[in-house]
Amino acid sequence: MALVLNDDEVMLADATRGLLDRAAPVSAFRALRDSGDALRYSPELLAALAENGLVAPNIAEEDGGVGMGAAAVAVIVEQAAHNLAAAPLISAAMAAELIGWLGSPGQREALLSAIMTGELVVACALEEAGRHNPAKVETSFDNKVLTGRKTAVIDGVGAGRMLVSAANSDRVGLYLVDPAVDGCIVEAIAAVDGRNLATVRLDGAPAEALGGDDADEAISAAIDLGRALLAAELLGLADHAFDMTVSYLKERKQFDRIIGTYQALQHRAARLYARLDLARSVVLKALRALDEKSDETSLLASLAKCVMTELARDVLVEAVQMHGGIGVTDEFDLGLYFKRVRVSGDLLGDDRFHAERLAQEKWGL
Amino acid sequence: MSDSEAFRAETRVWLEANCPLGARNLPNAPENSVWGGRNPHWPSGDQKLWLERMAERGWTVPEWPKEFGGGGLDKHEAAVLAQEMARIGAHSPLASLGIWMLGPALLEFGTDKQKRKYLPDIAKGKVRWAQGYSEPGAGSDLAGVQTRGELVDGKWVVNGQKIWTTYGDKCDMIFALVRTEPDVPKHQGISFLLLDMDQDGITTRPIELINGDAHFCETFFDNAVTDQANIVGERGQGWTVAKFLLGHERAMIGQASGAGMGKPLEEVAKGTLGVDGLRAEPALRQEIVDNLLGSWVMQIAMERMRDQARAHAMNPHTPSVLKLTGTELNYARTELVGALNGIETLTMGDGDTRRWLSAPANCIAGGSNEIQLNILAKRALELPEQK
Repeated sequence: MALVLNDDEVMLADATRGLLDRAAPVSAFRALRDSGDALRYSPELLAALAENGLVAPNIAEEDGGVGMGAAAVAVIVEQAAHNLAAAPLISAAMAAELIGWLGSPGQREALLSAIMTGELVVACALEEAGRHNPAKVETSFDNKVLTGRKTAVIDGVGAGRMLVSAANSDRVGLYLVDPAVDGCIVEAIAAVDGRNLATVRLDGAPAEALGGDDADEAISAAIDLGRALLAAELLGLADHAFDMTVSYLKERKQFDRIIGTYQALQHRAARLYARLDLARSVVLKALRALDEKSDETSLLASLAKCVMTELARDVLVEAVQMHGGIGVTDEFDLGLYFKRVRVSGDLLGDDRFHAERLAQEKWGL
Repeated sequence: MSDSEAFRAETRVWLEANCPLGARNLPNAPENSVWGGRNPHWPSGDQKLWLERMAERGWTVPEWPKEFGGGGLDKHEAAVLAQEMARIGAHSPLASLGIWMLGPALLEFGTDKQKRKYLPDIAKGKVRWAQGYSEPGAGSDLAGVQTRGELVDGKWVVNGQKIWTTYGDKCDMIFALVRTEPDVPKHQGISFLLLDMDQDGITTRPIELINGDAHFCETFFDNAVTDQANIVGERGQGWTVAKFLLGHERAMIGQASGAGMGKPLEEVAKGTLGVDGLRAEPALRQEIVDNLLGSWVMQIAMERMRDQARAHAMNPHTPSVLKLTGTELNYARTELVGALNGIETLTMGDGDTRRWLSAPANCIAGGSNEIQLNILAKRALELPEQK
């Protein structure tokens, strides 16, 4: 498909934005953060999004879903990022991908429609290293129980089910666990950006396999999807912070002149604009590749995550600097984006991780 | 079979039968370019034949209307033609500022008479065009051109000097920005004139560049004349035409730079230091990887620009983005190739070294990269100007 949003995607973006501007302004996220609520997302918002078909629209039609692709999910995630909307959207899409790929008919029926309606949050516990390392799977599945420790589990706190990757003899499988069972301890990581993030300690937690015992391909596909969606989230965050900054450059006066008239600042802003324009095509390219099941999907997802992690970081550093003192105060919203960009950037691999992966796997260096 | 499949099949057969072997799989090097003109230089007989056959079908300019010497193809058919040409390694039959620059301007702003007079000769490669934009005193400040044009007895009389005229000494005609209304604000006093260079009033002098080439010229106008009708767009509206063309030029420079020439950087790295040697030099490896990442991003951005053009949803600022990014990446790439090749290739006889010495010019031509940043700040971001 062309690297241009089609009419349906444009309508979806507008509808999502409209809903979020009413139901989830940035002030709602801030209030939730300040409340210290353990869930860190809003069940009411999740329900409202679900009601409008905006939760895991990648669930296939034969499973009762909307049957849209990764690009549609990304449109929603990108709009949510603008408002820092507190809803478990990326975890839902990744879980839906894994369950749709691996799940038995019974598992699909039990889980997918509940995810779509927002009644059930299923978190994916695929990570074991503090710094992203998808190759590390030391958690084991033996005698129908899981043992090990997972980290960086998105929306893990309060999740109704978890999908845990674990070694089973020499293969990696995916296992469904109810976090309420004995032997499963979920602890919150108090991430700076207010996102729901958890560690999971598994000490003989009973679990059932999702599909067969070999889930490698499905896990890789879900990680590709997650990377592309995080890239879309970073794009929304960076766009938002950049727009705030350009507006500020047009109104702030020093030395009796609008600071946006200074060429030093103009050129810095123009360079960020140029990079955002280029990055937009890379994110869309990765999403189209996911939906077309292109051979290069995984590398393109890495490219999108690489480019957006670095760019969003640079945009936020510049945004804070150009705002001056106000930019480092907690009461000003920019700091919320600064923190979110950091965590989204590090999840599923930062720019350095992906640059190294591409150096080796794309260019053989 | 759909129309599109039929067109592809037909095109494939025609290309196989009509593209001579000597016009296939040629290195993308200046010496293989065919520029046509009144005194054409043919790199080979096969390339002459190839141009004649392609021009006959209007396929030097596949998307121009047939009545003006074009092929009358739609975008999809043109894409099929390009793919089928690439399939057999067919060389582009004609390199031409007439095709890339003047043609699009005439199609957009020209009168019917001008289109009939000039476009077919451009399509057939019969007339070679030069671009007369920059002046010694009007580089980044292009709208400050001072070359004067006065209407005397139904003819424009032109006096002044242009610079950086690409292949000015080999061209037959020139399209030039000329100040015809000296008393109005600078952007409103320029006209876009067409002049025959085969006259005593126009002389050229090549300028040798740091890369050893002398493709750029100074062009002097000393009471040069052209018919009153040879103005594109209204009198005083030349800046509008110029801006339109600069968009084309920027996208072109950006794409050409972004696509690069010569061997891919990773191949150069493997063929020189090798993978292990490169890993022993992490700083160098990092720069190479950054450059490869940037080039891949450019490639995808160009794909998107083509898709946007097809969907009539172009971001008007993208040409500046591509120009800025493509030329910077190209400079870095040529510099890295030199670092990998080693000191014995740092000679004027080495192609990679000459490409490196050519790269800074791309960061300057078509509006320097600082001008692109100004344009983005002003037009895309609408940042205010200092009063």
